[in-house]
Amino acid sequence: MSEGMPANSEAVVTLDGVTVAYGRSVALQDVTSTFPTGAVGLLGPNGAGKSTLIKTLLGFVVPSAGRMRVLGRDVAHDALAIRGRIGYVPENDAQIPAMNAVSFVAYCGELCGLPRADATQRAHEVLFYAGLGEARYRNVETYSTGMKQRLKVAQALVHDPDLLFLDEPTNGMDPKGREEMLELVHDLGHAKGVNLILSSHLLPDVEFACDHVIVIDRGRIAASGPIASLKQPRGQLFELRVKAGPGGLDAFLARLQAAGFECHLSADDTNADLMRVFVPGEGRARQLFELAAAERVQVRHLRPSVSTLEDVFVRAVGEA
Amino acid sequence: MPIHDQSYRRYTGERRPAGQAWTVIARTGLRLLLRRRGFFALMLASWLPFVVRSVQIYASANMPQLAFIAPTAETFRQFLDQQSIFVFFVTVFGGAGLIANDRRANALQLYLSKPLTRAEYVWGKLAVLMSLLLMVTWVPAMALLLVQLAFSGSFAFLAANAWLVPAITVLSVIQAGTVAAAMLALSSLSNSSRFVGLMYAFLIFFTDALYGVLRVATRTTAASWISIGNDIQQIGDAIFRLPPRYETPWPISLSVLVALVAAAAVVLERRVRGVEVVA
Repeated sequence: MSEGMPANSEAVVTLDGVTVAYGRSVALQDVTSTFPTGAVGLLGPNGAGKSTLIKTLLGFVVPSAGRMRVLGRDVAHDALAIRGRIGYVPENDAQIPAMNAVSFVAYCGELCGLPRADATQRAHEVLFYAGLGEARYRNVETYSTGMKQRLKVAQALVHDPDLLFLDEPTNGMDPKGREEMLELVHDLGHAKGVNLILSSHLLPDVEFACDHVIVIDRGRIAASGPIASLKQPRGQLFELRVKAGPGGLDAFLARLQAAGFECHLSADDTNADLMRVFVPGEGRARQLFELAAAERVQVRHLRPSVSTLEDVFVRAVGEA
Repeated sequence: MPIHDQSYRRYTGERRPAGQAWTVIARTGLRLLLRRRGFFALMLASWLPFVVRSVQIYASANMPQLAFIAPTAETFRQFLDQQSIFVFFVTVFGGAGLIANDRRANALQLYLSKPLTRAEYVWGKLAVLMSLLLMVTWVPAMALLLVQLAFSGSFAFLAANAWLVPAITVLSVIQAGTVAAAMLALSSLSNSSRFVGLMYAFLIFFTDALYGVLRVATRTTAASWISIGNDIQQIGDAIFRLPPRYETPWPISLSVLVALVAAAAVVLERRVRGVEVVA
């Protein structure tokens, strides 16, 4: 284990009252959280503050308040030492022009302090690992979007970081490429022992690659914890299909919400009458039947459903 | 087994301490530029005056009837003056893309996510351009001094003009440093190296033209400080102990160049960042 690397039980990142503002616009507001070791998902809708948080941890943006520690070191005072032990995969295209992939990745390794021979050897290794072995002598500017994403991962891995920041690594990738990228991220976090923070607005990506999630919304932490634990129901989730009564579907939904139930209608037009209803507490189906009867709604289909990360996300963002 | 399972392993080798990344940037930048055939040809062309001057020195040393073209201290000043045209082209073709291309390719965030400071990044880029400029000024001028020594077969010229070594060095460094700082600042202002090249050419020619207009209007050369090229020439004359060609005192010319470098530093401090914030 490298110097400065926290023990497994420690957090890789701790945030204490961090506030970041761009002029009058507050991107992060009094954020206090800890990122444990392992694969952690940073989940939130677009504009929630995920990228700002990563850029603040990298030292690109200076917070107006608060303290941050990465791998046990203070970001404000030890940024260089931290950057030597982390890898960063930026969200948008980023490469150094007029280089082939081997030269580019080796150059990144040298910038991180690796001797030239070691950097070149590592460049070949990580390019193979990232699935670019056959294309490693091509000019990086001729790469497809998916290849550029892999290349960014390779340059972030070349110096063997203790912590990897991945900012929307599946952006712009086709389904197959996305799946391969997620497998790569999963492998890094679970088989290769690299701590990573995966920032994404795509719930399946985080659910697949991470064990722990931090949900961020409008610059605040909305929820955090192990994904498995967050998915444990604090009530019962039901999948429900109904035929509306005289008051229509809206009246039934209003009655459910008034009773403290969370309802989410299907986004699919062909299943417009299908909804997912979260019944807090004991979560008895009987309560649903009683409310349906009161509203003269026919229940055509009712079955208990498994809570997904999407439910966790929707609840967290809804509460924030 | 997926291919990525075959190769990744942890790195246990040595790591250089922080603070040396600028040398990697400088070395790689030079290699990338000199790999371009057109640019390499320009660098070769910039040594043509050296060849001509070497022939002149050879002829004057070996043919008594041509002794009148024997080099003097002023010859070296003239040589550096002649190299100004190459300084211009090397600056435009070698310097315009140094930061602009990184901005275009979003490479700044990659650089600054590595263990190097913004100052190291700028210093590395500055070292690229300064090295190239010194290769067309200081290196051929010093080589010419060695040629003179070799062809004359005596140390008499060098002993009588020992101050030429520091004079050539100081003028070359002032010229390369000022021009490189100005070009880097311009390069940080745009994502297009072509536009940066045009901006630099405009800066040089516009200040020259403005001085020309003022000289005609005022019938004095007191406004020569407006032109960057004139400032370098004025300082060069002072360093080489030659009569100044303009009425502007050389300390004023030097102040203008110092102000230019300071302005470039401010621009670079604002523009070289890992993230561009538009509040």
